[in-house]
Amino acid sequence: MKSLISKLVLMTVLLTGTLAFHSIQAYTLEQFTFDDPAQTEEFHNLIGELRCLVCQNESLAGSQAGVAQDLRKEIYRMMRDGKSRTEVIDFLVARYGDFVLYEPPLKPATYLLWFGPFILVGIGIVLLFRALQRKKAAPEQELTDAEQARLRQLLTKNGD
Amino acid sequence: MSTTSRALIPLGIFITLAALLFYGLQLDPRKVPSPLIDQPAPTFALQSLKDANQTLTQDILRGKISLVNVWASWCPSCRQEHAELMQIARENDIQVIGFNWKDTRPQALQMLEQFGDPYAIILFDPDNQAGINWGIYGAPETFIVDAQGVIRHKRIGPIDRAVWQNEMLPIIEQYRNK
Repeated sequence: MKSLISKLVLMTVLLTGTLAFHSIQAYTLEQFTFDDPAQTEEFHNLIGELRCLVCQNESLAGSQAGVAQDLRKEIYRMMRDGKSRTEVIDFLVARYGDFVLYEPPLKPATYLLWFGPFILVGIGIVLLFRALQRKKAAPEQELTDAEQARLRQLLTKNGD
Repeated sequence: MSTTSRALIPLGIFITLAALLFYGLQLDPRKVPSPLIDQPAPTFALQSLKDANQTLTQDILRGKISLVNVWASWCPSCRQEHAELMQIARENDIQVIGFNWKDTRPQALQMLEQFGDPYAIILFDPDNQAGINWGIYGAPETFIVDAQGVIRHKRIGPIDRAVWQNEMLPIIEQYRNK
């Protein structure tokens, strides 16, 4: 019991510690403004399309990770220097890999990823058609003499 | 094809899929492969952690096989691997270079004082200036750089005895005499 309480106390201390740490570090996007509003919008769009490597379910726009802030600053600097969108993306891919892109590029290593679903649908359609044709091709089975007799018997019985 | 073996097809598909997904569970999505493998190490000009007046460049990576270890005093996993790094530096004929990342000088020096200093040279990159070019996104990360200054391997996460012996040492031996 005693150890449970001390654990709880420790956890609370640690949690508040982390929260405090994060609130100090909180970043906003307001510091990144360009003279041209269109460029500000382009900046926001671009960082929204790039993935943060630390918090992998977040984009660079949404992440509070320190590395994400460093990358935002770097992208901001590059765009202020007049670098194009493609140049910024190439810069990041050369350093962090395709992983920063939400949409993986089309290349031999990703062919299966891009075309796999279509191949599976194709196989499904082929199988479906074959199954349908087999069903159509199969002739209706004639009843045997014994079955005919049984059928007649049932019908007369019901006719009473 | 008999009915029994036909009925087994879905089971077969299920088992294959389950095995594939189970394998997927073992993979760590946090370990992103680096595009810098087999590329010359990115250039840099950073202060030495111990001497602010000394500027270090990529030239330090030439002539000897190096282990470039990204660390920071705020990083618990770096502390975890610290003893292993001390032993690696003692037992091997390689240059262990520290890449102090997003840290402050006093805190970094204090950690070395407390736990020992395995590094021959320490780069100081407090604001992730060179770190971006190296594609660093967390600490610890450790690069193996050969004597020509080409990156040969990147380890993401702490190094322990098993990682050192099974993953890193074979690569170092492979490039040692080239």
